[in-house]
Amino acid sequence: MVPYLLRRVAFLVVTLFLASVALFLLLRLLPGDPANALLSVGATPQQIAAARHEIGSDQPLPQQFVTWLGQVATLNLGHSFVSTLPVGPQIASRLVVTVPLTLLAFALAVVIAVPVGFVAAYRSRRWYGALLGGLSQLGIAVPVFWVGVLLITVFALKLRLAPAGGFPQDDWASPGAALNDLILPVVTVALVMSASLIRYVRSATLDVLDSDYLRTARALGSSFVSAMWRHGIRNASVPVISILGIELATTFLGAVVVESVFALPGLGSMLVQGIAEHDYPVIQGVLLVSTFAVLVIGFLADLAQRIIDPRLRAPHLAASR
Amino acid sequence: MNKKAVALFGAAIATVLALAACGTNPNGGSSAGSTDTNSTINVGSLYEPQNLDDTAGGGQGVTEALNGNVYESLFKLNDDGSVSNLLATGYQVSSDGLTYTINLRKDVKFHSGKALTSADVKYSIDKVLAPDSQSARKSSFTAVKDIATPDDNTVVVTLASRSISFVYNLSYVWIFNDEAKNLTTTEDGTGPYQVGTWKRGSTLSLKRFAGYWGTSATNAQVVFHYFTDATALNNALLTNAVDVVTSEQSPDALSQFTNNKNYKVNNGHSTTKLLLAFNDRVAPFNNTLVRKAVTSAIDDKKLLQSIWGNYGSLIGSMVPPTDPWYEDLTKVNPYDVNLAKQELAQAGYPNGFTFTLDTPNYDPHPAAATFIKAELAKVGITVNINIITADQWYTKVYQNHDFVATMQEHVNDRDVVWYGDPSFYWGYNNPQVTQWVKQAEQSATAADQTALLKKVNEQIAKDAASDWLYLYPQIVVASTNLTGYPLNGLNSQFYVYDIKKS
Repeated sequence: MVPYLLRRVAFLVVTLFLASVALFLLLRLLPGDPANALLSVGATPQQIAAARHEIGSDQPLPQQFVTWLGQVATLNLGHSFVSTLPVGPQIASRLVVTVPLTLLAFALAVVIAVPVGFVAAYRSRRWYGALLGGLSQLGIAVPVFWVGVLLITVFALKLRLAPAGGFPQDDWASPGAALNDLILPVVTVALVMSASLIRYVRSATLDVLDSDYLRTARALGSSFVSAMWRHGIRNASVPVISILGIELATTFLGAVVVESVFALPGLGSMLVQGIAEHDYPVIQGVLLVSTFAVLVIGFLADLAQRIIDPRLRAPHLAASR
Repeated sequence: MNKKAVALFGAAIATVLALAACGTNPNGGSSAGSTDTNSTINVGSLYEPQNLDDTAGGGQGVTEALNGNVYESLFKLNDDGSVSNLLATGYQVSSDGLTYTINLRKDVKFHSGKALTSADVKYSIDKVLAPDSQSARKSSFTAVKDIATPDDNTVVVTLASRSISFVYNLSYVWIFNDEAKNLTTTEDGTGPYQVGTWKRGSTLSLKRFAGYWGTSATNAQVVFHYFTDATALNNALLTNAVDVVTSEQSPDALSQFTNNKNYKVNNGHSTTKLLLAFNDRVAPFNNTLVRKAVTSAIDDKKLLQSIWGNYGSLIGSMVPPTDPWYEDLTKVNPYDVNLAKQELAQAGYPNGFTFTLDTPNYDPHPAAATFIKAELAKVGITVNINIITADQWYTKVYQNHDFVATMQEHVNDRDVVWYGDPSFYWGYNNPQVTQWVKQAEQSATAADQTALLKKVNEQIAKDAASDWLYLYPQIVVASTNLTGYPLNGLNSQFYVYDIKKS
């Protein structure tokens, strides 16, 4: 396990470095100069030159890259071109919104998807099993912002049960207020995410229900519940976990849309604002942190799979499959 | 919505006459009903400050939130367009109009506790003029030759040439503490509020300053809530998360508020003009007849109606009704398709021509461009719409003049003077107009200035220097339990200290 971990961590670091190079170069391919974000109509050529000098966009590319890499290596993400605020603390303050949003939505999606997916598989020949399968298919087709707008219209504007958006100015100082603001966004993300999760849980369960080992266990006298518990869940969870890892990462990145609909000051809206303002340090910082988070989630999902499935831990078993 | 605040700040021209007109807050009034002086006012806006320093590219949002609220100037631009004393108690002008002696209030303290002196004033004017200044007002002060501080309460400014708008222009210069640091992320002004917390991307709170020299604010705290999406902003107002929206930009949503007794929709005066700006340097728009033809071929009334419904107004030139030199010029190039066809034929384009319209990608430009394309097709002109970002507009159109025609909103009052600058992006070059604009700024009296700028206005309309499509409405929507908010939002200021909540 230890050599595996070391290999995996080394892989993580290399990927992160390559991602940072790609990020830096891709951003510089965009047309326009970030200095323009600081200026308004009426600026003189001297003012434009001063702005370029101030934010360093008049420096050659390699020099800009080395400066930035040096900062990142010391965990300093630099200062925003536009607001001059340090990027690191700003990202931290945005994560306070995005991480709870992602995790709560993810947990809710799992809570919805596992039982529903199981029933849809176990009772796939009954009308309600088919209906659940069909509904989940429909759910995948629905865009997340539409669900958000719908929930706002019904639950915020008509029924006045939850706020339409925003987040407390003092963040989690009063957790009740913060949770209240997160209710609709969490439900929005969870509904959409659970639709695709249901499909995976359903198909994994169907595979297990069809499997020889389950039939054998039943033939040996196990009850359905104990056969599922001892053999079924364990086998079904392996593919589901890898999907969960991907889904969690997708949710984290997909928060951009939900945060915009619900006016949440999260990482996604920071990214959108950064792009609109051509604020390279902000864009780079957010994307770097997101990339890191996605890589770590993938790493954890891999790890979880190895713990659950002994075949992945022992190459000789895997080879004999 | 992500709108780059394209603020056309300029060599603006003021009437000294207006100075005498107004003394106190325009919205002061007497308080009605029971109001809570410890209330928190929640303001919703689409314009977040980019940073807190208006000489470092803070943008439209920093003016809206901080001007007059956190920072004060020597003189104040009131919501009705007049100018009055603020940190200055008065001033004297020498007979040649070149020396301004300005007297300061003696009881003013910065939020940090330091007393205001003439050194702070000199520092603040210098800050606007500094080489690295990104102040949009910098070009207004080219006449400033010297700033002297004979004593703590007197500032003497010497000009190289007469500048009748000098006092008006000073209403844009925030007075900073000359010892303050980190002004892009913190503040030290003299206004009725201090900045509480700024959560970039979300909120900016202002707290009443106990040591304020003037009348205290009528509320204890004001929180600006920033939205990037107009619908989310309207939802916040509908669910009472905000009490007032500074400038409604979503005309479709207004019906939610107009027929609702809980909200008041205020239709104030705006200075924002939507322009179809030609590049007057290049063919075919270097030909006056072609510009006139295009102007006459577009039904501005129908365009305004389709975008703003029953709000907004038609102008016919660059000058809005709130400027002293306004005249109704909508008849100069009337909507008349036959006239447009005749003018095109006369100009040598009987079968029309094709041109590219560089269109900013944010509202209302794309919709307006599509409308223009349809209108011009009727006279045989083919329009290729080229959608560009605000940033590309700035580089391609504003800096490089690499365009044939473009669309842009110009937000400021008194900005007709740009037509006197042949190097400006639209390239209008009429030596007579340039001369008039220059003379107007050097006028001895406001009447002379007004007369000259009226001539400018008439001439640019005759020449169809640009096509001024319409004047935006300025719509403030507020909860009915709120009073004392500004209605006109001149140059995007939004004074909050008189707002009361019952």
